[in-house]
Amino acid sequence: MGWTFILSLVVALAVVYKPLGDFMHRVYTGGRHNAVERVTYRLLGVRPDTEQRWSAYARSLLAFSVVSILFVYALQRLQDKLWLSLGFPPVTDHIAWNTAISFVTNTNWQAYSGENTMSHLTQMAALAVQNFVSAAVGMAVAIALVRGFARRGSDTIGNFWVDLVRGSLRVLLPIAFVGALVLVAGGVVQNFAGPHDITTLTGNVQHVTGGPVASQEVIKELGTNGGGFYNTNSAHPYENPSAWTNWFEIFLILLIPIALTRTFGRMVGQLRQGYAILAVMGVIAIASVVLTNVFELAGDATVPQAVGAAMEGKDVRFGVANSATFAAATTLTSTGAVNSFHDSFTPFGGMMTLFNMMLGEVAPGGVGAGLYGMLILAVITVFVAGLMVGRTPEYLGKKIGSREIKLASLYFLVTPALVLIGTAVAMGNEAGLAAMLNSGPHGFSEILYAFTSASNNNGSAFGGVTVNTPWYDVALGLCMALGRFLPIIFVLALAGSLARQTPVPESAGTLPTHRPQFVGLVVGVTIVLVALTFLPALALGPIAEGLF
Amino acid sequence: MERLPSWIRQHLAALRAVLVLTAVLGVAYPLATTGVAQALFDENPGLIGQSFTDADGNPVAKYFQSRPSAAGYDMLATAASNLGPEDVVDTPDRTSLLTQVCARSVAVGRLESVSGARPYCTSDGVGAVLKVFPALGKPTRAVSVNQACPARPFVATYQGVAVECGKPGEDYAAGRTVPIRGGATAVVPADAVTASGSGLDPHISVAYAELQAPRVARERGLPVDQVNTLIEQHTTGRPLGFMGEPGVNVLELNTALDKG
Repeated sequence: MGWTFILSLVVALAVVYKPLGDFMHRVYTGGRHNAVERVTYRLLGVRPDTEQRWSAYARSLLAFSVVSILFVYALQRLQDKLWLSLGFPPVTDHIAWNTAISFVTNTNWQAYSGENTMSHLTQMAALAVQNFVSAAVGMAVAIALVRGFARRGSDTIGNFWVDLVRGSLRVLLPIAFVGALVLVAGGVVQNFAGPHDITTLTGNVQHVTGGPVASQEVIKELGTNGGGFYNTNSAHPYENPSAWTNWFEIFLILLIPIALTRTFGRMVGQLRQGYAILAVMGVIAIASVVLTNVFELAGDATVPQAVGAAMEGKDVRFGVANSATFAAATTLTSTGAVNSFHDSFTPFGGMMTLFNMMLGEVAPGGVGAGLYGMLILAVITVFVAGLMVGRTPEYLGKKIGSREIKLASLYFLVTPALVLIGTAVAMGNEAGLAAMLNSGPHGFSEILYAFTSASNNNGSAFGGVTVNTPWYDVALGLCMALGRFLPIIFVLALAGSLARQTPVPESAGTLPTHRPQFVGLVVGVTIVLVALTFLPALALGPIAEGLF
Repeated sequence: MERLPSWIRQHLAALRAVLVLTAVLGVAYPLATTGVAQALFDENPGLIGQSFTDADGNPVAKYFQSRPSAAGYDMLATAASNLGPEDVVDTPDRTSLLTQVCARSVAVGRLESVSGARPYCTSDGVGAVLKVFPALGKPTRAVSVNQACPARPFVATYQGVAVECGKPGEDYAAGRTVPIRGGATAVVPADAVTASGSGLDPHISVAYAELQAPRVARERGLPVDQVNTLIEQHTTGRPLGFMGEPGVNVLELNTALDKG
C-alpha cells in the first residue's frame, strides 16, 4: 500500500510536469503585463520594463525582505489592537522577531503554538502573505539564475518586482485558490470561529477553535513553507483530515520544485538539460523516500519494538508508511510541515529527515531554492569533472571560471558553517543545553536538527526541543536570515557574471551535461560533499542512538 | 519620487509592494476562499477526537476509548509527546516513553480483561530496563532502574549478577542501558498505547475497536454482533484502496451507540 502511495504521487507529478513547467516558462518570459499587474506596478511606483543588473535585483529583493520582516513583526506586536484578535495579547518580542524572520525566509520555524498565540488576522495577513511572497522570491532567484545561463552578453538578469508579482499572482494564487477548495472538500476548515467550549459526550468541557485554515494550508504546502495554523501542523485533523488530503498535500509540496526543472530546460533552450536536473533530484528523492519508509516500517528501536510499530507521534488515518513519505517529502523540500512527529521516529528514520535537509534541500528542494541549489551543485560538479580531465569547466556554454566557482563554493559553505557552528555553540552553553527534552544522543539530535532546519530554511523540528526562549529565538533567527540571504546574494552575483558571458562553442572536451553519466556525477558529488561535512555530527546523534 | 535617492525609492517600492500584496493575498484571497467554501461545502463535525472519560480522567466503560493524547484532546494546546524511540529510563522529573507505553498497556488490558503484557515491559507496567555497570566489560552490578525499591526486579539475575531494584535519586547515568525484551507478545494494539501526532486523533485502529467491543456491549446490554456492525459502519477505509490506514471514528461510533 505504502509503495502504491509513492508510485501514485510520481505518476501524478509526471502528468502535471509538462503543462505546469511550460506555463511557468510563459509567465516568466512573457513580455505582456495584464491589467491587474499594470495597476500593481503603478501602485508600487516601479517601471516593469526596466531590467535590473544583479546588484539592483539583489537590493530590491533585500529591501522587500527587510520591509516584510518589519511588517510581520509589527502586525504580531499590535495584534491585540487589530481585528480578529480573539483576545490574544501581543506576541512576545523575541518570538515575534523570530517568527517574522522565519516566515520571510520561507523557513516557517515555529517557536509558538498557532492556536493560542496568533490572531486570525496575524495568520492570514502577516503569515500567509509571506507564505506566498517568500515562495515567489525563491522562484524569482531561481529564474534569475537560469536567465544568467540563458542570456548572452547581457548586463541584466530581469526585474525583481515583475518576477515577484508574476510568481505570486499568476502562478501561486490560482493554484492556491483551487487547492484550498479541494482541501475544504476534504474537511479542512475555513471560517473565522475563535476559541470556544463544547460539551463532550461524557459531559466534560473541550476547548475548540476554528480559523481560515484551508486558505493558509494550501499555500503552506504549495510554497514549501510549512508553518502550521495549529501547533500540530499537518497532523491536526483541521489541517489534514484524511488520508487523501495527506496525499494531496504531499503532491502540492513537490509540485512547483519538480516542474521548475522543465521551466529551466525551456529557458535554456534544451529540454534535456532540465530532464537531467530532474533525474538527479528524482534519484535522490526516491532513494530517500524509500529508505525512510523502510526504517520506519522496520521500527528498529526499543520503544517501537515494545509497541509493535513506530506509532508514537503518528495518527491512525495516515499510518506509519504515509507518515514516513510525508516526512521525507517535507525535508527533501524546504517545507517543514509535519503530519507526524520526527522526534519520535526511529533513530534511522529520524536521521533520514536530518540528512535530507543536510543535502541542502535540493531534491527537489524548496520552490525556486531547490532549483538554484541544484544548479550550484551542477556547477561544482562540472568544476570537479574539469579538474579530473584538466580542462576549463563549462556548463550550458558558460565558462566556470574562478569568479563563478568562488561564488558557488561560498554558496555551498554557508549552511554547513551555520549548522555546525550553531550546534557547537548551543552545546557549549547552558541556555543552549536547557532546550533538550530527550537525553543522550537523542538530545544532541534535537539541537542538531534545530540548527539544520533553521539554517536550511526548512522549519520542521525534533519538536521536543524548547526553543521559545530569547537565546534560541535570536540564534535561530540569525541562522534563518543568514542561511537564506547570503546564498541568495551569491546566486544573484553568479547569475550576473554568467549573463555577461557570451557562450563558448561546444568542443570535443566539453562534458555533456544531459547524459546519465553527468546525472550520476552530480548525485555522487552531492552525497559525498554532504557526507564529508556532516558525518561526524550524525555519528554523535542518530547513528549512536541507532547502533547502541 | 524620481528625485529621491535610489535606496529610499527602493524601500518605498518595497513598502508599497508589501501593502498591495497583503491586500490581495492576505485579505481578498482568504475572504474569497471563505465565501466560496462556505457556499459549496458543509463542515464535518466528526473530525476532532474527544476523550471519553469522567471528570477524574477515568475511562467511562460504556464508551469506546480514544487513543492516548499528549494534549488531552484540547484544541488550544495541541501537541505530540516528542519523546524519542530510545527514551526508556524514568527520571524523577519525567516518566520515560517506554514506561508510559507499558503502563497504558497494563491499564487497557485491565479494562478489557485481556493480557496487558508487552515486549520490553515488566508485569507491573514499567519499562524492563537494566543499567549495567561497568558500561564496558563484564558486568559487576545490574539495576532495574524503572522499578523503585522495594519492588521485586523483573529478572533475578543478569549474566550471573543479582539484579537490584532502583533507588530513586541515585545517579545511574554511568551504566550501560540494557532493555530486556522478555517473552511476551502484545494483545493490546499499537495505537492504544501510543500518543498520536495531533493529540486530537479522531480514529482508533479496527483491532483496538474490536478489542473494546465486548466491554461496550456488556455495559450497554447489547449483543456483541450489533456493536461490531456499528464498528464496521464507522470504519473509514483506505481512500482509493491504497491511501493511509483504515480507522474507526470513535466520536461518531459513540454517538451512534448513544442514539441506540
